[in-house]
Amino acid sequence: MTRAVARRIASGAVVLWAAATAAYLALLAAPGDIVDSLIGDGADTPQIRAQIITEWNLDRPAVVQYLDYLWRAAQGDLGRSYLLQRPVGEVIGDQLPPTLRLAVAAAVFGVVLALVLAVTTRHRWVRRASSTAELIIVSTPPFLIGIVLLSVFSFRFGLFPVSGDQGWAALVLPAVTLGLPIAGVLAQVLRDGLDRALDEPFAVTARARGLTERAVLMRHALRHSLIPAVTLLGWLTGALLGGAVIIEQVFGRPGLGQVTLQAVGNGDMPVVLAVVVLAAAAFVVVNTVADLAYLLIDPRLRRSTS
Amino acid sequence: MIDVRNLRVTFVGKRQVEAVRGVDLTIGAGECVALVGESGSGKSVTARSLVGLAGPAARVEADTFTVDGRDVRGFAARDWRRLRGRFAGLILQDALVSLDPLRTVGAEIGEVLRAHGIGDRRDRPQRIRRLLTDVHVPEPDRRARQYPHQLSGGLRQRALIASAIAGGPRLLIADEPTTALDATVQAQILTLLAERRTNGETLLLISHDLAVVAKLADRVLVMKDGRIVEGGDTRTILVGAGHPYTRELISAATGRWRGTTTAPGDVVAEATGLRKVYGDRTVVRDFGLTIRRGEIVGLVGESGSGKTTVAQLLFGLAGPTSGHVRFEGADFSGVPERARRPMRRRLQLIAQDPLSAFDPRWTVRRIVGEALPRGEDPAPCLERVGLGADVLDRYPRQLSGGQRQRVAVARAIAPRPSLIICDEPVSALDVSVQAQVLDLLAGIRETDGTALLFISHDLGVIRDIADRVLVMKDGRVVEQGPVKAVFDHAGHEYTRALLDAVPTVEVSR
Repeated sequence: MTRAVARRIASGAVVLWAAATAAYLALLAAPGDIVDSLIGDGADTPQIRAQIITEWNLDRPAVVQYLDYLWRAAQGDLGRSYLLQRPVGEVIGDQLPPTLRLAVAAAVFGVVLALVLAVTTRHRWVRRASSTAELIIVSTPPFLIGIVLLSVFSFRFGLFPVSGDQGWAALVLPAVTLGLPIAGVLAQVLRDGLDRALDEPFAVTARARGLTERAVLMRHALRHSLIPAVTLLGWLTGALLGGAVIIEQVFGRPGLGQVTLQAVGNGDMPVVLAVVVLAAAAFVVVNTVADLAYLLIDPRLRRSTS
Repeated sequence: MIDVRNLRVTFVGKRQVEAVRGVDLTIGAGECVALVGESGSGKSVTARSLVGLAGPAARVEADTFTVDGRDVRGFAARDWRRLRGRFAGLILQDALVSLDPLRTVGAEIGEVLRAHGIGDRRDRPQRIRRLLTDVHVPEPDRRARQYPHQLSGGLRQRALIASAIAGGPRLLIADEPTTALDATVQAQILTLLAERRTNGETLLLISHDLAVVAKLADRVLVMKDGRIVEGGDTRTILVGAGHPYTRELISAATGRWRGTTTAPGDVVAEATGLRKVYGDRTVVRDFGLTIRRGEIVGLVGESGSGKTTVAQLLFGLAGPTSGHVRFEGADFSGVPERARRPMRRRLQLIAQDPLSAFDPRWTVRRIVGEALPRGEDPAPCLERVGLGADVLDRYPRQLSGGQRQRVAVARAIAPRPSLIICDEPVSALDVSVQAQVLDLLAGIRETDGTALLFISHDLGVIRDIADRVLVMKDGRVVEQGPVKAVFDHAGHEYTRALLDAVPTVEVSR
């Protein structure tokens, strides 16, 4: 088990290195002078140019430039935005908490709702109704869901603030908007997993022991249905990161999505590079968690790794 | 204990299926009753109906339906639950899938205790240990903490039985309890079931193989197409079966030799000094074999004896660590796959489970057609294996197990091979269907002169079809010779143990 964990962490580090390197190569491959790329739409003065050349070691051999970049990244030094005249770490550090709050709230809401739906709507019309609703939600663009929720709950009933990030009330609608499609997809996958598990011979054995249908579902089938759901964790991260950009726009929230959008628009390369590495890190963490979750859920997988 | 009159079970859905059409069944306390029939005869559905587990789509009706002295026709779900596990325990075929693979064996057994509130939390481990000891599982404490996949087939089945008897039921329903097991393990499980019976439990055994249940059962009921075609005490049925279907089952259970003693032809394949090492384990050592034209050679051994590895080496799917394979006079093991490929058509394989060996999205026409020269009609090939043109456009899933294996044979003989390696080709089939497939393979040898290497864990099957036999244990051949000689005067004790384990029906008239 410990060896399996160590191996996954090591492979995670390799992925991070690859992402950082790919971002660096993209910077090199960009047309024009590397200094121009780093300045973007920012003020172009001889002082700033000199600053960039020293900070990125552009007067030294290419290998040194690259190794130094990696070394700084490994230490968490993400460089400096010459456009905003602030360290990138600070820019992102300011905007990370609201996005994190939104993502965690949406993920928790989505997962809990999916579990409740999959377990409680098992039969007849309730099941059909729930399944149809899930499909409709999944096929609706998130911004549309957000606008509908806004117009009903904020404009009409005034239950939640229209925009901003003041307190928990402002988090509710964005989190629901981001979490609903996640709940839709997960509920479908979980329901399918439950159906499969309940068809297996061990479910018959469990019933033959005198268990209630609920006990067979909760104690046997649910765990089996989690395996395909865990596979979706990577997709979930992507949905949260990508979704946050849109949701933050719709609800006028501060956050990483806003920062990314602005950085891309203004060609603020240092920030873009940092966002790429950060996104890669998020994927690495989530996929490592997913791999470990498999081992926790399914003892059959432990055999080959321990 | 059980009294059922005119039981009818219908599966309602898009297409109504009458699985059971009027079955009468009485089981007295302490009795052992066997329900015998092929897949789809309705025997499992009948048995599951007795504990209300025929399934949500099943409509169960009966004129009389008494279980444990109570009329169950008006039973609600909770009434059934009280019977299950407490009055009747259910043992299904393969414990690898019949026990929850994600939970420990101990948790599975403990679940029965918990569901029926037997004992309290603290003495449950104690009870689980005693149950595992009762079914002769060594090191019960360690085993209780393990998962089903960590146990051998035999131990797993014992654990499943332990979970079935945990609630102290008076009736045990065993649905094909030994079908997935090697012969020697099968014999042990049957002994264990016999032991439960002397313990005072009543047994309902369900099997497709008359030989398995004949030793244990007081009474045999033969089922076909949802009806009981014949029933009576075991001896009477075996000696004086009236129904042709029962006679077919008996002849399948007693077996018939299809081998020949005529001199075989030229050498087709030859293996010398084969050795295969995986990591630090030697799975095959010093294996030698010569197969000649028109010969059927049996290779027998338990799971893990190395027989499948031998098949892979002969087939060129794995390279030997040392030793050589020659095929039709040419080097086969020492050359690259590119050189082997032209010879491949002359060397075919029939696998145990055609369902996984066929592409599920291909029709029979395409599966067989692939093995034929482009544009050639696959119908004559199917005709040779006794299948009509009506199966041509069906998919593997839409065929019965026997039909699927016939398609596998058709595909194998289509390129006119000189050698067919058959890896457990009938192990997944009912005995009556087994006999038909064996007849078919023997016939192919007769007409085409094709040599067959027949691999099986089932000595009974080898005895019925092979001319010569090799017995493998722990990667080496411990005994070989003509079938008659080996089986009548087994020299090695392992061969004798395998032979003793083969369930047979002694019909004395």
